[in-house]
Amino acid sequence: MTERQPYVSSDEVLAVDGISVWLSGREILHDVRFSLRRGQFAGLIGSNGAGKTTLLRVILGLTAPTAGDVRIGGEPRARRSGGVGYVPQKIQLDPDMPLRARDLVGLGLDGHRFGIPLPSRSRRRLVEEMLRAVGAEKFGDARVGNLSGGEQQRVLIAHALISGPKLLLLDEPLANLDIRSEQEVVSLLARIAKEQQVAVLLSAHEINPLLPVMDRVVYLAAGRAASGTASEVVRTEVLSELYGHHVDVIRVHDRLLVVAGRADEPGAPVSHDDAAPVARAW
Amino acid sequence: MFSGFMVNTWTVATIVAVVAGVVGFFVVLRGSAFVADALPTGAFAGAAGASLIGVNTLVGLGVFSLAGALGIGWLGRRGRHDVATALTLVLMLGLGALFLSFSVEYAPEIYSLLFGEVLGISVNEVAPVAALGAVCVVAIMVMFRPLMLASVMPELGEARGVRSYRIEMYFLVVIALATSMALPVVGALLIFSLMIGPPAAARSVTDDPYLAMALSVVIAMGTVWAAIAASYASNWPVGFFVGMIGAFCYGAGRGWAAWRRTRVGHGATSTALAR
Ligand SMILES: Nc1ncnc2c1ncn2[C@@H]1O[C@H](COP(=O)(O)OP(=O)(O)OP(=O)(O)O)[C@@H](O)[C@H]1O
Ligand SMILES: [Mg+2]
Repeated sequence: MTERQPYVSSDEVLAVDGISVWLSGREILHDVRFSLRRGQFAGLIGSNGAGKTTLLRVILGLTAPTAGDVRIGGEPRARRSGGVGYVPQKIQLDPDMPLRARDLVGLGLDGHRFGIPLPSRSRRRLVEEMLRAVGAEKFGDARVGNLSGGEQQRVLIAHALISGPKLLLLDEPLANLDIRSEQEVVSLLARIAKEQQVAVLLSAHEINPLLPVMDRVVYLAAGRAASGTASEVVRTEVLSELYGHHVDVIRVHDRLLVVAGRADEPGAPVSHDDAAPVARAW
Repeated sequence: MFSGFMVNTWTVATIVAVVAGVVGFFVVLRGSAFVADALPTGAFAGAAGASLIGVNTLVGLGVFSLAGALGIGWLGRRGRHDVATALTLVLMLGLGALFLSFSVEYAPEIYSLLFGEVLGISVNEVAPVAALGAVCVVAIMVMFRPLMLASVMPELGEARGVRSYRIEMYFLVVIALATSMALPVVGALLIFSLMIGPPAAARSVTDDPYLAMALSVVIAMGTVWAAIAASYASNWPVGFFVGMIGAFCYGAGRGWAAWRRTRVGHGATSTALAR
């Protein structure tokens, strides 16, 4: 530990403190630090390969960081302890699998336990409640593998939430959703964060769909992170510093665009692999 | 047909069917059909080796199926599972070929290991089969939920603290146990067909996992009973009937699922919503 004492507040749910990760001889994350409090909704923004999934896996305790530590609810992250809900990036559910949406939600409650669950009224009611909370009550009895991507997303959110975690991690839940479902899922998660006082950390390529509801941004680029409110982080100076080269943040109506190079230079690229994860020009 | 030594046959066949239905449910769910094929086939080589050096064939079976299970699990940790399984199988079969070349005189015994001796079970075979079968079923019941979660999506299990590698190893050992138990009775080829046909049929009939497992047991029992009765009546090998009925169950299950889909499809915009 350094002499710098991290700020600890009683409703601090997640503290990521100086996390560095090396994988196969490459530094994927460098000195990432931020914290989240109860009920906060945070976006983890970064382009492909920025290290979003890696960071979420570190928080889950599935990838060991090379340096730094993670605290959840003030406690050091114990390997594979509960208390964190997770919706992975790649959802692969076999349509041939005999498993209903409600079964998968139920496994979120006690799937790690041994033995088979005894039929219980309170368990059934909790599953029902959770399905309703994510708007999945209509397809609770359907085979999960047959549901659409957006429907599976909701079922997995219910699966992650049913055990009452303090922290909910979602890895790119908005990929593969059309604009309407995207908005529905974002506002659903924002409501859950507020109503159930869960800290939500959601990774995404684009910041714009999250802007209306986001309390915090964790912006990943070149292995480093900047965090704060959207207006603190998504600024020309901050992001240029983070990327290590000049980028412009442009506000068009209510949308933010991050553009590589100088906008006033003729022929400047409008988008760049590295510098335009936040928004596209269309 | 129900008297004398046939009572042992019915008892043992029923135990084997229950174990095949329970274990097979997860074999099919996890897409491990190849493993369920490879382990008995490879373990058969162990039996051949045991009879060569004059040891009880059961020991050879147990050692080979366990070693095969651990080998598949260990090799599959890094690489692709089907490649790991194939590699293990090839190793075991290679040894089997060698053992067999040394011991031509054991051919009838080897034949019965491949196709089983279900009509000639003696009373002292019942107790070991029952004990091993109970161990298999209890093991599956104990790990039902973690195994389910790890089979549905390993990442979901990992996030809940389920170590998928451990669960996988555990399950492979259960398959090995089931194999050693059932192989001398129903043969290396039949245990496989009994583990795949009934669960595959059951899961096209129902969406409820618990019901699907129960149904898989019922279908496996029905298959074995019908096969024994037919074999007794016709004097044709039991294996023929088990294979045929198993395949028929699977076909019927798929047909049923297809029929249900078209029915549900009418008058509803979404299959999911209509159910
Ligand atoms: N096990 C590993 N070994 C070596 N490198 C890895 C490993 N896992 C991830 N990486 C590398 O780490 C970097 C970050 O990967 P990560 O999956 O975290 O990115 P991401 O931000 O989630 O990307 P995407 O938006 O495409 O999902 C990538 O360059 C990837 O190649
Ligand atoms: Mg990712």
